[in-house]
Amino acid sequence: MTDMPVGERRQLAPPVDDSGVLGWIRRNLFSSWANGLTTIVLVLAMGWVLSWFLEWAVFTANFTASTGAECRGQGACWALIREKYRYIFFGSFPYEQHWRPLFAVIAMLAMLILSADRRMWNWRLIVIWGVGSFVTFLLMFGQLHLPLSLVLFIAMVVGASGMSLRKGIGSPTEILAYRVAAAVGLVGLVLRIVGVLPGWSLAIAPLPYVETGLWGGIPVTIILATYGLAFAFPYGILLALGRRSNLPLIKGLCVGFIELIRGVPLISLLIMASVMLPLFLPSGVTFDKFLRAQVAVILFAGAYIAEIIRGGLQSLPKGQFEAADAMGLNYVQKTGLIILPQALRVVIPPLINTFIGFFKDTSLVLIIGIFDFLNTANQALVDPNWAGFPGEVYLFAAFVYFIFCYSMSRYSKYLEYELNKGTRR
Amino acid sequence: MAVQAVGSTGRVRVAPWNDPVIRGWVFQIVVVGLVGLLAWYLVSNTMENLQRQKIASGFHYLEREAGFEIGDTMIAYSPASTYARAIFVGLLNTLKVAVIGIILSTILGTLIGVGRLSSNWLLARICEWYVEAFRNVPLLLWLFLFYKLISEAFPGPRQAISMLWNTVFLSNRGLYFPVPMTDPIHAWMGLALLIGIAGAWVLHRWARKRQDATGQPFPSILAGFGVALGLPLLVWLLGGAPHHMSWPELKGFNFDGGTVIQPEFTALLVGLVLYTSAFVAEIVRSGILALHKGQSEAAAALGLSRGQSMRLVLLPQALRVIVPPMTSQYLNITKNSSLAIAIGYPDLVASINVTINQTGQAIENVLLIMAAYLSVSLSISAFMNWYNKRIALRER
Amino acid sequence: MRKASMAVAAGLAAIFSSTGAMAGKDLDAIKARGSLICGVPTGVAGFALADSQGKWVGLDVDVCRAVSAVIFGDSEKVKYVPLTAQQRFTALQSGEVDMLSNNTTETLTRDTALGFDFGAVTYYDGQGFMVNKKLGVKSAKELNGATVCVQPGTTTELNLADYFRGNKMSFKPVVIEKVEEVRAAFFSGRCDVYTNDSSALYSTRAANVPPPAKPEDFIVLPEIISKEPLAPVVRHGDNQFADIVRWTQYAMIEAEEYGITQKSVDEMLKSENPVIKRILGVTPGMGKALGVDEKWVYNVIKQVGNYGESFDRNVGSGSILKIDRGLNNLWTKGGLQYAPPIR
Repeated sequence: MTDMPVGERRQLAPPVDDSGVLGWIRRNLFSSWANGLTTIVLVLAMGWVLSWFLEWAVFTANFTASTGAECRGQGACWALIREKYRYIFFGSFPYEQHWRPLFAVIAMLAMLILSADRRMWNWRLIVIWGVGSFVTFLLMFGQLHLPLSLVLFIAMVVGASGMSLRKGIGSPTEILAYRVAAAVGLVGLVLRIVGVLPGWSLAIAPLPYVETGLWGGIPVTIILATYGLAFAFPYGILLALGRRSNLPLIKGLCVGFIELIRGVPLISLLIMASVMLPLFLPSGVTFDKFLRAQVAVILFAGAYIAEIIRGGLQSLPKGQFEAADAMGLNYVQKTGLIILPQALRVVIPPLINTFIGFFKDTSLVLIIGIFDFLNTANQALVDPNWAGFPGEVYLFAAFVYFIFCYSMSRYSKYLEYELNKGTRR
Repeated sequence: MAVQAVGSTGRVRVAPWNDPVIRGWVFQIVVVGLVGLLAWYLVSNTMENLQRQKIASGFHYLEREAGFEIGDTMIAYSPASTYARAIFVGLLNTLKVAVIGIILSTILGTLIGVGRLSSNWLLARICEWYVEAFRNVPLLLWLFLFYKLISEAFPGPRQAISMLWNTVFLSNRGLYFPVPMTDPIHAWMGLALLIGIAGAWVLHRWARKRQDATGQPFPSILAGFGVALGLPLLVWLLGGAPHHMSWPELKGFNFDGGTVIQPEFTALLVGLVLYTSAFVAEIVRSGILALHKGQSEAAAALGLSRGQSMRLVLLPQALRVIVPPMTSQYLNITKNSSLAIAIGYPDLVASINVTINQTGQAIENVLLIMAAYLSVSLSISAFMNWYNKRIALRER
Repeated sequence: MRKASMAVAAGLAAIFSSTGAMAGKDLDAIKARGSLICGVPTGVAGFALADSQGKWVGLDVDVCRAVSAVIFGDSEKVKYVPLTAQQRFTALQSGEVDMLSNNTTETLTRDTALGFDFGAVTYYDGQGFMVNKKLGVKSAKELNGATVCVQPGTTTELNLADYFRGNKMSFKPVVIEKVEEVRAAFFSGRCDVYTNDSSALYSTRAANVPPPAKPEDFIVLPEIISKEPLAPVVRHGDNQFADIVRWTQYAMIEAEEYGITQKSVDEMLKSENPVIKRILGVTPGMGKALGVDEKWVYNVIKQVGNYGESFDRNVGSGSILKIDRGLNNLWTKGGLQYAPPIR
């Protein structure tokens, strides 16, 4: 630099125009010769692949054939999807009743979309899930029996959590109401178990009963993922709190459980649920196959959720815990009113990612013979009339999975952005 | 401060039922008791059921003859071998898929992650589409798709596609290619390779020391490769250079001789690698993005090319962010390899599943699966933690 | 402590109201429930297959229907639970189903160690091999070096290994769990040979060959490498139910032997033959001995048909499978189906 004689300036070319379409292309695709070469090779490769794909999937494809034989020797056989889409979506659910799983799916999607709205993150969430689940299962089963023990159990849980959460906050009548609910629930449940109370149940039966063995397709996938996560959530929270606790035995139990579950593949838990669970129960008590798979998914999901929530708990500054202690709140109040609301806020985006993961991973239940969406798609290939078009069916299934997962992952990105607004400078 | 003073001068006396320490222990004992009770309940049920249904228990079955054949084995195995050996064959297959899968998906994932940050817009978009397409569709679906495509797209063995002057054959039975006949010299070559690797490592250490002391670089990587590969070559030449090859040839139904990569293995590996590399790519990308912009600017100011700054400045630093999430991806590959059972590759779960069916001893076998995966998972975690500590920023 | 555990169990059962069968007397539970829960294969044409309306048909299904007709007088009071070879024993042991009519081979260990009772043999089967005609193979002895598609979880896999070892031949197995996937692998050419019980091979050949290939392109080799007497299975512990399952099958065989068919059964009520009178309950006693309605055989034959009719309709000359009666013919016609007398 210093060698350059003073006063003698080299004439530099004017800077390359990088505005406009041409400029954009020059800047982003041909900024150097290597870059330009890459672009040309990529364009050629893409053109080749795309033209081949379009030829197969659109121009020579058959959309109207009535048997597989008519489709053969041409491009994609989308007529197969046209023929089988109802089976792929709803499995062996009675054909003329297909509107039921359809509306059940809509109900569950509405439930999920509503719970994704931040304005709903309060008591409304409980109402949404209560109503949504009731509608979903009423449609799927056709008939529901609400046993007395379930009502008593809910009363006990609501009463007990109200008692500890509202202690010193709620009015005396409110506290009394919680105490009564808890006591009635507990006593009733004990009486029921001992056998004093008979097994009353409330039957709601507007539609013909459809057993879980006939469920299939997209509702099964959504139910397994949604309720897998919904039930795993409270116990994941307990595991996370246990892992962060100062009590050595509790901590040991939780760490052991979490690491055990996270260390083994989901398949091993599913195999366990399908062949071992019957051995764990007293003879004569059996679980529905579907419920068994659901239990395995819940067990599995809990450990993963616990780790995510632990991340949220760790992100809270110590001052929050100390402030809650200073205010004289008990452990339940401190956790339920101060810590968890803040911790859960942080972990919602990773939770959605976990949900996406489970939405995909529930496809493993096909190994123990449950007809989720991937399995019904697979079964559509079995029909010998239509055999030999795996590409079409799997691409279709992949497309449906993609729509679900991609929209959820976009939402989680958006939410992450929204939630970080406050802390971003 | 005042609180501390009170705490240090003496304990406030409280009633035992209000003492947090005592409460804590009571609570713990109650919880542990309940868990114990549940465990006891399940175990007693199980014992009763086993007895009632006359299901045998214990691990004695492991020494019995397995009686079934396995399609892909790394060690000698026949139906006359024991169940223990059959399960071990499965475990080796799982490890094979996991190790190769980890290596390949790390390479592919890093390429794609870096590609997403490319200054070439088209390349960046293609990498992004790749990531989205593979991340948002279940792995099992990819496995089915690849398996069906392989078994339906390729011709049968008698019409196999032959390549490289009829030495390599591709058919729906897999890819057959020639391998050297086994020869006693191979064992010595293996030993030479180990010595060579050790030598290369020593050489590398020496080169680093010299560069630190004198600033003179030494092409230690190239020389290291030379030593590691040269020694076995030398042994081979000294051993008379035995070059008998086992060539694959069509005999009856199948190819005989040579060695084969089976369609089930290929489908599993391709599916695992493509799927996992999408996740790896995201980890690599966010690891690089997490670096301060000043790092790449400083590298550019030093006159390093983009490739050099990526290789010498950015990636080594990004590794610190990348390693922990990468560990869980490696664990995922290992666990996901269990999906092999759906497409018929004989991995650990598949072997054990057959064993469950033949012996009826579900509990012991599920325990074996869990123990095997736990120990593999824990070893991978331990290794990655060690590696993570090694590359961690050494602060003063 | 035991009481406590029972109470907890009852509580758990009450909370997660279970759908399975109750413990204790199986027959009482079936009667109280009003339906028979029958475990059948997951789709083997001719043996158990749900048609497009979701109605189950097949030889195995007819066994369930006949038992239902004996217990309830109505052959339609059956709930079918499709079970894979692997799930079936757990399902029966745990009480998820009352009986299996699931192409199950009767063996000593299954009868004893697994705690089951077998009914009468409904189909004498044996393991065979199916190959593509193009291979030009005429005998299983020529299969050295072949790739064999096989489903795990049955004796099939062990018989296969034994046969090849015994004949000093080698093979490469492709083991896939789901029967549809195994078939797909075989038809796509991944394997040279598909091995299974020969009934299943005929069924696959008749119903599952994907076009443009035709059933005639595949042959079942003459070698039968195992004995597979297929029979319904019940749990140990309720002998009356086990008796009903066993004698239902005998009654169907006996009816064929005496020429009682679905069409002629009403006519036969007027028969003077004392044996027929006993079978159809015109002379009472047999039903009472078994603890069921006196018209039990009449109900079975009227609603399901005799063994020969069921065989022809589902797997024999009247079906797409066209399996020869062979070993499954009556003992009077050179087969093995021989029922003890109903008296």
